[in-house]
Amino acid sequence: MKIAISINGSDLNALFDPRFGRAQAFCIVDSESADYQIFSNAAVAASGGAGVAAAQFVAEYRVDAVISGSYGPNAYETLSAANIKMYTLAGGGELNIQDVIEKFSAGELGEPQVPDHEGFHGRGRGFGGGRRRGSF
Amino acid sequence: MRIVVASGKGGTGKTTIATSLALVAAEHGSVHFLDCDVEAPNAGLFLHPQLTDTKDVGILIPQVNENRCTYCGECAKACQFHAIVTVGKKVLVFPELCHGCGSCALVCPEKAITEQLDVLGVLQGGRASSQIGFTQGVLNVGEPMAVPIIRELKQWELFSSASIEIRDAPPGASCPVVETLRGADYALLVTEPTPFGLHDLKQVVEVARELGIPSGVIINRDGIGNTDVELYCKEIGLPILMRIPMQREIAEGIASGKTLLDVSLDYHLSFKQLYEILLREGNL
Repeated sequence: MKIAISINGSDLNALFDPRFGRAQAFCIVDSESADYQIFSNAAVAASGGAGVAAAQFVAEYRVDAVISGSYGPNAYETLSAANIKMYTLAGGGELNIQDVIEKFSAGELGEPQVPDHEGFHGRGRGFGGGRRRGSF
Repeated sequence: MRIVVASGKGGTGKTTIATSLALVAAEHGSVHFLDCDVEAPNAGLFLHPQLTDTKDVGILIPQVNENRCTYCGECAKACQFHAIVTVGKKVLVFPELCHGCGSCALVCPEKAITEQLDVLGVLQGGRASSQIGFTQGVLNVGEPMAVPIIRELKQWELFSSASIEIRDAPPGASCPVVETLRGADYALLVTEPTPFGLHDLKQVVEVARELGIPSGVIINRDGIGNTDVELYCKEIGLPILMRIPMQREIAEGIASGKTLLDVSLDYHLSFKQLYEILLREGNL
């Protein structure tokens, strides 16, 4: 199983980053072989839509699951569409990648609540998520 | 001739100045007043237009025909705002991230993307008097993108034949103000002599200079704060065109929906002089 973990650093000593779209990098771990790779997150500097971009990024690596602190509505929708399982870890800023994997293996991670998509049903858009629009 | 009344800092008196100026300008020719503060248009409270015309406005957002889509992802690559994304055999559109640029439809090799209007707000217009045509944009609550509304408001041809155009700008110095200023002949910058007033004035002065629009300053609530605004204007050669003192009767008048012209007859003369200066400066 391939799992992407949001991290605040660029090597294996990096700590867990509870932000998904704005995480500095993702560590993609294979839970069977324990192989790992670290990719910096290009979306960290995006002016808007970081959650969507980060979700598409991890989807391209065909991960099965992601571990982060929380997910915005757009990231949630994109990850759901890609059939990527989302796990949450409250706090966790002091944990390193190994600690996060241990918590995952021990079944100690949570799952996100379905975010409130106020625009999801409101205007008959067909697709689309929340109603927050980035400013120009 | 197109005059924009802007300020940087909010609440300095843009609408107070713009509405009184419009009434005086209307004595000399036909006026088109545009309330470009689409998040909180309130000039109508002073000019009392009969709003007879409306027009829905917004941006064009992509609609994907999934029968034609091959999920190649070219649209997602083209989008600078991550408003359209392909994951596996799915394509997602996030209207709230879309800026309506149309790039996705342009690059789609399958022509699977059509564009449909996403309504962000409304334009309203009508006569405030025989000489003043009034239009305003109203951004829907919850929509943060004001620029498309302002752009459409400027292009709305309801009163485009008027000889003078007065645009009441939103506060700040960001994109909505840039859009309001674009194409103007003169920028009237209303400020107050306080550190906040000065700080935000400097920003909007930079914007006007960047756009090459001649500017002048009006100091409102004159007498409070300090003299830093004056020193700054002197230093960079920005004319101070008018001063309005800090007076309780002005505040009471504005609060009861009066223009400065209603508060005191003296302002009729001051605004007439201001109007003449603007005619001179703006036509240079």
